[in-house]
Amino acid sequence: MFAFIARRLVATIPVLLFVAVFVFMLLRLTPGDPAAVIAGDNATSDQVDAIRAKLGLDEPLLTQFYIWFSRMLSGDFGESFFFKKTVAELITQRIEPTLMLSLCTIVLSVSIAIPLGVWAAARQGGWVDRIVMGFSVMGFSVPTFVIGYLLIYIFAIQFSWLPVQGYRRLSEGLDEFALRMILPSFTLATIFVALVSRITRASVIETLGEDYIRTARAKGLPARTVLLRHALRNAAVPIVTVIGIGIAALIGGAIITESVYNIPGIGRLTVDAVLARDFPVIQIVILVFSVAYVLINLVIDLAYSVLDPRIRY
Amino acid sequence: MTVVLDNEVDAAAARAAAVARPNIWVRLLRHNSVLIGGATMLIMILIGICAPLLGTISPERIDPTTRNKRPGVEITVRQDDGSTLQRTVLMGTDSLGRDIYSRVMYGTRVSLIVGFSVAALSIAIGVLIGLLSGYIRWLDGIVMRIMDGLMAIPGILLAIGLVSLFRAGLGTVIFAIVVPEIPRVVRLVRSVVLTIREEPYVEAAISVGTPLHKILWRHVMPNTVAPVIVQGTFICAQAVLAEAALSFLGIGIPTETPTWGNIMAEGRQFFRVYPHNIFFPAIFLTITVLAVNMLGDGLRDTLDPKMSKRV
Repeated sequence: MFAFIARRLVATIPVLLFVAVFVFMLLRLTPGDPAAVIAGDNATSDQVDAIRAKLGLDEPLLTQFYIWFSRMLSGDFGESFFFKKTVAELITQRIEPTLMLSLCTIVLSVSIAIPLGVWAAARQGGWVDRIVMGFSVMGFSVPTFVIGYLLIYIFAIQFSWLPVQGYRRLSEGLDEFALRMILPSFTLATIFVALVSRITRASVIETLGEDYIRTARAKGLPARTVLLRHALRNAAVPIVTVIGIGIAALIGGAIITESVYNIPGIGRLTVDAVLARDFPVIQIVILVFSVAYVLINLVIDLAYSVLDPRIRY
Repeated sequence: MTVVLDNEVDAAAARAAAVARPNIWVRLLRHNSVLIGGATMLIMILIGICAPLLGTISPERIDPTTRNKRPGVEITVRQDDGSTLQRTVLMGTDSLGRDIYSRVMYGTRVSLIVGFSVAALSIAIGVLIGLLSGYIRWLDGIVMRIMDGLMAIPGILLAIGLVSLFRAGLGTVIFAIVVPEIPRVVRLVRSVVLTIREEPYVEAAISVGTPLHKILWRHVMPNTVAPVIVQGTFICAQAVLAEAALSFLGIGIPTETPTWGNIMAEGRQFFRVYPHNIFFPAIFLTITVLAVNMLGDGLRDTLDPKMSKRV
């Protein structure tokens, strides 16, 4: 068990190191002088020189990486010359909306997708199953921003039930926050529901073929208990794995959803940073999202033995 | 008790197989998803090629007098030679007076070019790396660590990072979408190679001194064709979506080029008043992606039945 955890932790290191090297190289791969790129279009040559000296851009590449990496580890993420703030400040300001949106989306989609998947599996080949499978193909094909505008058009413009765009912090009142969270979470949830309901259906159907299911039915347990206690619980591992992998789609979707709904989160920050060619911000955003993605999947891998006591390392 | 001879069983099995498995093309054409998806794709390709013949005007023509017309309104277009032309704008016009119908028709080209070239490029590169990495043991460790690293960066984010490096344009967008897709192809090809390289016919090829490139190309590669074609269709769908998303965010193809994503980006500002700017390209985008995904599902069922069990 501990050997497995140790091995899994060690395996994460090269992946994170690759991400760090990639993010570091991103700036060096741009055509032109990195110092000038960081300083932005309106910088004077003195400012460019100051940045070059500060970041050690005259040093050999390996030394530069060492300087950059030790700054990262000590929490110095550099400065955005476009937003006139340190990148750390920007991220802390913008992280709340993104975290809230992701959390609402995951809770919403899991609570829709798992019952749907189980229902479809229980009625395999029936009309419920067909609708769920059809919806899942649709979910993969309709772009996030199309769903976003469709929902805005129906619920905010035609019926005026919900605000069109914007974000309120949770501290400004729960109802204001929740009203503005409904449409974005449903928008972002579509692809997630498609993904999770599909895998739930598939893995429940697989466990339904096991001997212990027949035993449970034979001893007269109600169909509901067999389905939830025996089939769903044993199907948990692939479902949780897909939720972890789906985080990548969630991050991509969050960038788009935040743009559609004007939510001032990290996704919007990413797009604004690319438009302004603000490389210090682009680098850190990629780093933050990727590290989060890798760590979430690490936690999920480590949680397997809790979910399924048969798994012993 | 009857005695059944082995060769009788074999002969019966062979006959059964011959009856149960008609020609691959026949099986493909009998599959509903393949038929519907393929036919829709064919229509889209035709629209892309024939865009100038479909009653379109120049998709980049800006005209202040015809701004923000709703679908179905009749406008007067002043042509370059001075004559005027009465014309009903089927899908309305945008805030610069450009004809949405013409822009959507021409936009088909960009989406399909991006979809097909991303699929072709990522498969070509991915198959090459996957073959080498799966077959040459010392290379495997290094290549797979790099692929794991690339896959740790969420796809659209990686594409956004790569787009920011270069000038906006078709080539940059294709490159930025290809890179995140390569590791997925490499993993797929490698997993096939790992099983195939233990096969007796590969061993036989090695023992008669077949050069490495011939073993890989003639004996190993053909086994990867079916799963790679299936994967290729899904990559194509993904690429069409990614291009639209990048353009929609304003960081993809230059804004004056008609692409579905650009038309929608242009329509964002006046969406509340003129939703048609977003809905028409959205419908085309959705239908195209849906068609490619259906084609992929159908191909997976017919070409690669093992894979369909893995969801």
